[in-house]
Amino acid sequence: MSATRQEPDTQPKSLFEKVWDAHSVRTLENGQTQLFIGTHLIHEVTSPQAFGMLRDLNLRVRHPERTFATVDHIVPTDTRIEPFADPLADGMIRELRKNCGEFGVTMFDTGSGKQGIVHMVGPEQGITQPGMTVACGDSHTSTHGAFGAIAFGIGTSQVRDVLATQTIAMSKPKVRRINVHGKLGPGVYAKDVVLHLIRVLGVKGGIGYAYEYGGSVFDAMSMEERMTVCNMSIEGGARCGYVNPDQATVAYIKGRPYAPRASEWAEAEARWLALASDEGCRYDDVVNIRAEDIAPTVTWGINPGQAIFIGETVPTVEGAPEDEKANIAEALEHMKLTPGAAIAGTKIDVAFFGSCTNGRMSDFIEAAKYLRGHRVAANVKAIAVPGSQIVKYQCEELGIDQVFRDAGFEWRDAGCSMCLAMNPDKLVGDQLCASSSNRNFKGRQGSVTGRTVLMSPVMVMAAAVTGEVSDAREVFKTEPNTVSA
Amino acid sequence: MALEKITTVTGRGVYVPGDDIDTDRIIPARFMKCVTFDGLGQYMFHDVRFTEDGDEKTHPLNDPRFEGASILLSGENFGCGSSREHAPQAMYRFGIRAVVAESFAEIFFGNSTTLGMPCVEATAEQIVRMAEIIRADPSAQITVDVGSSTVTCGGEVFNVTVRESAREALLGGRWDPIAELLEADDAIRETASRLPYL
Repeated sequence: MSATRQEPDTQPKSLFEKVWDAHSVRTLENGQTQLFIGTHLIHEVTSPQAFGMLRDLNLRVRHPERTFATVDHIVPTDTRIEPFADPLADGMIRELRKNCGEFGVTMFDTGSGKQGIVHMVGPEQGITQPGMTVACGDSHTSTHGAFGAIAFGIGTSQVRDVLATQTIAMSKPKVRRINVHGKLGPGVYAKDVVLHLIRVLGVKGGIGYAYEYGGSVFDAMSMEERMTVCNMSIEGGARCGYVNPDQATVAYIKGRPYAPRASEWAEAEARWLALASDEGCRYDDVVNIRAEDIAPTVTWGINPGQAIFIGETVPTVEGAPEDEKANIAEALEHMKLTPGAAIAGTKIDVAFFGSCTNGRMSDFIEAAKYLRGHRVAANVKAIAVPGSQIVKYQCEELGIDQVFRDAGFEWRDAGCSMCLAMNPDKLVGDQLCASSSNRNFKGRQGSVTGRTVLMSPVMVMAAAVTGEVSDAREVFKTEPNTVSA
Repeated sequence: MALEKITTVTGRGVYVPGDDIDTDRIIPARFMKCVTFDGLGQYMFHDVRFTEDGDEKTHPLNDPRFEGASILLSGENFGCGSSREHAPQAMYRFGIRAVVAESFAEIFFGNSTTLGMPCVEATAEQIVRMAEIIRADPSAQITVDVGSSTVTCGGEVFNVTVRESAREALLGGRWDPIAELLEADDAIRETASRLPYL
């Protein structure tokens, strides 16, 4: 299986090195690598300027067949009637359509039934595959690393570079192997794993690294759970994070529209599995975490590393290390939380379920299992936003939408929604939002004074029905009902 | 497409204290509903500079003493979060020409370098000292010297870190890599042809 056995002369390599080497075009004057980008994903916010630069330079799209577009950040999720009420948003979707049409790029538009958050669309279509380099003008591109791809966010000038040359200039990062050993307890999800990792390693701990996630917890995870963890690599400072491909990876891709054809399948499968890091390969750093040490985790502050277990208390400035005091004070002031008080019991105003972190089918199935038969607390606004139209339609076929509607959630169309509030879904004033998204930055959810508490989807359900940040394991004590699927 | 060689940046400084200043803070998402980067400068750090009614808050970037400053000083992990190039574009259009911070998030660092806006790393103690100097004398000149990896502030010289790849690119006038990337036409074709997919 490993390349070592086929070529005994070569050193064992990590997946990262194999993929990096296969895509290296040459070394640039400044020592960076000119790296070939196998798959390029674009959306309406960070691509229009890149197409503008392309026109200014009188360049064409070198490989239109390697770029795929969708619209996600600015689309309203309550209505799809065009023109959108916001003329700026309407202008952006039109610009993307124009650019894709002019340069021959495939677009999964709102009428396609396949539109969604760009990091949902790639995997759903089978576009994302092991061993690829994937780039997109969006920091959550790390999501695609779940497939054993090297996937990272890029800026708009780099979107231009990919459009024009299918390459970018990039410095080779180091590789940190992160093992999570053991078995997660009941009510502990992939989201808790990644929030815990960021808490332990810090929001800047991953700068200069690619993260390779492994160990028995990752081996046991579904592809969608792996996507949740890889998605938030960037929140820990790592531009990309990946999991080695295995049978779960292969099974997920099989039969999808852009998967290899039947005649090429066996070769592709063998090639993908052989990409996994070789035994004995060198890592620049190794971190070991025990699954049993992870409990349901929520953020209390203004970056994703400011996280605690649901049973813990909000930190105090006095108890913090000297160099942390100012940051903690700033976070406490914004969040209006009582230092030293339990985070459980914090009143919420809004429950947001969706995003590229947790807007997939398995998230909806799991959340619905617990929500069924419950009601959203009075005075809580709750919205459920499937990450893609495919997820939305599947939920509707299975009656999952009805579970959310019956509970008092608003059932929406696919998009980024309140994760970043570039659309009508926004917090108002200092509302506190229990959110399955990925960022709790000041103002992130659309109100300067708005407050975000990140958590897993099932924890969002618990917060929605109790009206406060709660331990889902206590709220949903009884065995979950089965969804009518 | 020959670019200017960026060896030094000189100007007055402004200190925006804090760690983990994210790109949502630098340019809130609602200002990204645009198809060009024009006009973004006025929205730089908008929500920490202005109230919802548009009145100025107390903030170093609103302080008339630091008006016209072109070198921004800050803390750890500057520019974390979203990959939005709108953030450094807004800073550049506001008039910022170099950033001195304890550390930088990677995507922000690359985006800034590509605009020809050097990002150099100094220690917490050095930044505190530089902040003291400019607070005492807002007209103090700061020179970020990319070649010698120093920042001179009010006559004091600080040894700082300039990442090698960025230094080479800035000094060589190759900070926007598009021309160099385009040169490799044959090598790109060769790499594409040996990939086992698409």
